[in-house]
Amino acid sequence: MKEEIIIAGFGGQGVLSMGKILAYAALMNDMEVTWMPSYGPEQRGGTANVTVIISDEEISSPIVDTYDTAVILNQQSLDKFESHIKPGGTLIYDPYGIHRSPARTDINIVKVNAMDASIELGNAKGYNMILLGALLKLKPVVSLDDVLRGLKKALPERHHHLIPANEQAILKGMSLL
Amino acid sequence: MNEDIRLMKGNEAIAHAAVRYGVDGYFGYPITPQSEVLETLEALMPWETTGMVVLQAESEISSINMVYGGAATGKAVMTSSSSPGVSLMQEGISYLAASELPALIVNVMRGGPGLGTIHPSQSDYFQATKGGGHGDYHLIVLAPSSVQEMADFVGLGFDLAFKYRTPAMILADGVVGQMMEKVVLPEQRQRRTAEEIRTQCPWALTGKTADRKRNVVTSLELDSAIMEKNNERFQRTYKEIEANEVRYQGYHLDDAEYLIVAFGSMARICLKAVEEARKAGVKIGLLRPITLWPFPYEAICKASENAKGILVAELNAGQMIEDVRLAVHDNVPVEHFGRMGGIVPNPAEVLGAFTDKFGVKFNDQTN
Repeated sequence: MKEEIIIAGFGGQGVLSMGKILAYAALMNDMEVTWMPSYGPEQRGGTANVTVIISDEEISSPIVDTYDTAVILNQQSLDKFESHIKPGGTLIYDPYGIHRSPARTDINIVKVNAMDASIELGNAKGYNMILLGALLKLKPVVSLDDVLRGLKKALPERHHHLIPANEQAILKGMSLL
Repeated sequence: MNEDIRLMKGNEAIAHAAVRYGVDGYFGYPITPQSEVLETLEALMPWETTGMVVLQAESEISSINMVYGGAATGKAVMTSSSSPGVSLMQEGISYLAASELPALIVNVMRGGPGLGTIHPSQSDYFQATKGGGHGDYHLIVLAPSSVQEMADFVGLGFDLAFKYRTPAMILADGVVGQMMEKVVLPEQRQRRTAEEIRTQCPWALTGKTADRKRNVVTSLELDSAIMEKNNERFQRTYKEIEANEVRYQGYHLDDAEYLIVAFGSMARICLKAVEEARKAGVKIGLLRPITLWPFPYEAICKASENAKGILVAELNAGQMIEDVRLAVHDNVPVEHFGRMGGIVPNPAEVLGAFTDKFGVKFNDQTN
């Protein structure tokens, strides 16, 4: 098993955190994992992305040119990464802020109204966890239990009271599909 | 899950490993993409546990001179920076080498020249391996390609630096510094006691006692005859290091028809290219120098005996390729593939270079 995932959107949407939680979940599941962020000034309001590779074997390159799954949160990222999804791969996107819908016909395209769902939940910060829930529903590379254990490991103890709200957002994301 | 396995960035691993090695002092100044080294040390607050000093200096020049001062007293001291900051340190590094002081310098390279970009690069290869500052000297240069090696090379770097009384450098790049991977940290060690330093480093400035002569640590020697003798001693040390400390890793070398030589993060990207090439029926091997100085000349020469060509892949305009050419004496065609300025290529681009340079076709070159 090897899953090469790109998560891309605006800085501040929780792109890097979502990747981090996924990476920690893989760690909990004893799998190999790499988490490679785009870093730099572009993160402040510009685009941010992270490549997460989860595998049951040693991972050679943390940088790849094609992805099994892409989670896309803005137009720039859709323009940049749509053509880099492997044939048969999965594209998850939030239509909020995207004016040109994805056009590929050889991939599985899944629309997730995560922004609306986060408003409905009254948890705007849970936006990325809703998308993570959708991702886990489509691609169960790690289990919800791994994610919750990963959150415990990733978050400092003073933030552990936020885990139930994150769990709720993940479950919400799962229920959207 | 093994509780000892953690997930962290390469820069964070450097900081954790430094505390666990029992480093006495870290002196640094923030610069992207290595600022997490200082940040993590500040968060770990080792001054309350091991007694390690962590100090943000006012500049890189101060940092390296604080390292010089600490090293002169036999303490295990280090600094970290990124390319422009390491350029500022070159005078101090030359003085460390000339004074035969052990120390660890970490360079998490970014794209240059000048202030350049903050993105990954390997364009300080010449600076790191050929001296960098003035005078005839070398640093022991370790090139990590994983977060695990970022952690491991802190201890290795200090062990070698103290063994040979010479500064060592970890030459990493923005990819290894910024990415998170699994890592098992070394055991927590005690910092050496004053008595241990006195015994293990008889040259150090630990306070003159009645039973020994005054120790002097200096790089200045106005008598040229003595300075030449000093240089001869440095060169003997370098010869010894060259004979004993070459490190590299080979992948699929046994049946390789073509060879890639790459270090650091570029070696990881190339390893994926090698795997893809083999799936497409082309037997490529990879040799990854772990010590960039001393350089694995013999290993590369041997690995290329049956090779039709060598591709040297680097995040620069072609620096390590000069050492690879020295290793193979024109017996094998050597070509370069590189990206500059902070651009990191993907494995498909490496294979594309094979097609361009050697005319190698891959059956399934759909990527």
